[in-house]
Amino acid sequence: MKLLRELADNAADFASTVGGVTLFLGRTLGQAPRALLRPSLIIEQVHNTGALSLVIIMICGFFVGAVLGLQGYNLLLRFGSEDALGTAAALALIRELGPVVTALLFAGRAGTSLASEIGLMRATDQLTAMEMMAVDPIRRVIAPRFLGGLIAMPLLTLIFVAIGIYGVQVVGVQLFGVDQANFWSQMRSSVSIDDITEGAIKGCVFGFACSLVAVYEGYTATPTAEGVGRATTRTVVISAVLTLMLDYMLTAVML
Amino acid sequence: MGPSGTGKTTLLRLITGQIKPTRGQILFDGIDVSSLNTSELYALRRRMGLLFQNGALLTDIDVFENVAFPLREHTDLPETLIRNIVLTKLQAVGLRGAAKLMPSELSGGMARRVALARTMATDPEVLIYDEPFTGLDPISMGMIVRLVRQMNQALGITSIVVSHDVEELSILADTSYIIASGKVAAAGTFDVLKEHPSEIVNQFINGLADGPVPFHYPAPDYNQQLLADSA
Repeated sequence: MKLLRELADNAADFASTVGGVTLFLGRTLGQAPRALLRPSLIIEQVHNTGALSLVIIMICGFFVGAVLGLQGYNLLLRFGSEDALGTAAALALIRELGPVVTALLFAGRAGTSLASEIGLMRATDQLTAMEMMAVDPIRRVIAPRFLGGLIAMPLLTLIFVAIGIYGVQVVGVQLFGVDQANFWSQMRSSVSIDDITEGAIKGCVFGFACSLVAVYEGYTATPTAEGVGRATTRTVVISAVLTLMLDYMLTAVML
Repeated sequence: MGPSGTGKTTLLRLITGQIKPTRGQILFDGIDVSSLNTSELYALRRRMGLLFQNGALLTDIDVFENVAFPLREHTDLPETLIRNIVLTKLQAVGLRGAAKLMPSELSGGMARRVALARTMATDPEVLIYDEPFTGLDPISMGMIVRLVRQMNQALGITSIVVSHDVEELSILADTSYIIASGKVAAAGTFDVLKEHPSEIVNQFINGLADGPVPFHYPAPDYNQQLLADSA
């Protein structure tokens, strides 16, 4: 009986959270057109979430590509098809690793920054002060940050993939001596626009999900140090789980 | 005025429509605050200003931009006019020279003075202050008291001040209310309050430890608890 009650309570909590997120998203999207009228606020957030994440994205992109080069070369060597390294690595990066790893890094770097910033604004009455000045914080704070994340994430994915392919090339071509012409020509002939579209769609969807989670968790954070800390942690955990779940669903649909 | 935890800040939140009353009405210039939708409430809030206890300055912009914030959000004034208004308000609180500082570089008292300048920027009809004197040095406190009085008299602003500082309020307020246990225990000029027969009002005005407002939060017997814990 107690177990049933707990299950019912959890289900009610879950439904309440889903309802809360939906309403929040509705308000954010409702304010998005007005936020777009002030592009400087959005550009600032693209800088905060995108440009400031560039270093980590580029370093991780290079090493993910380099590891892919190492593993891919050793695997393909067994079948005598090491020239296909460029194709295999590019497809893996464009369709899967690029969007997914970028989203995980985005959640860790930009998502936590957004959640803690907004949570601290809540804790220090800055959001209430805006409301008292008749300024809707959803329009002034949340919508620009959400849109900034939404724009930055696909761009970061693009950069991650490009640097990742460079990492594969460094290991495959320069270290192991895979033929450079084959490496690039096979990649160009095998990677189709559909593959790029799949990666781009994933980048946009993950950007939407990770940005929404970050701004929602920050906005609804308990206004204490512990509450802000918890919101930051939840942002990473929920974004990571959501990214991998959405990745499975999108891959199943687009295969 | 009133003892801690008696509902003063809650009353301010009710007046500003941050929370809704479970019963009764809050009338602002004849308008029932709790019956307004969000856009109507925002329209009403443009006629009032609230000074937060901690200042609540926006930490990502400097002092100048904090004071300019409501002007930029609600008006299409040219930049020169905004600049002049902001400098005038900062001059009034003595912080024109701090215009380029970030909120993190300000002391608590300075932050509250900047917040006051920001609150004054749009010339509201009613100014609401939540504990404006807490943590201020005597010079700043005297300046704020003078400023509030000058604004009331010169601009015809109504000010609602929540405070524990009996002395400052005695200089400032035309009418004082002492709230205790969620109710108005006494109202009137400061002279009336001083002579009020209520024990609770007497205890508060004179800062007495003994009286109807207990110093200790309700707890079991002290000696018994000590003995029980040691056993």
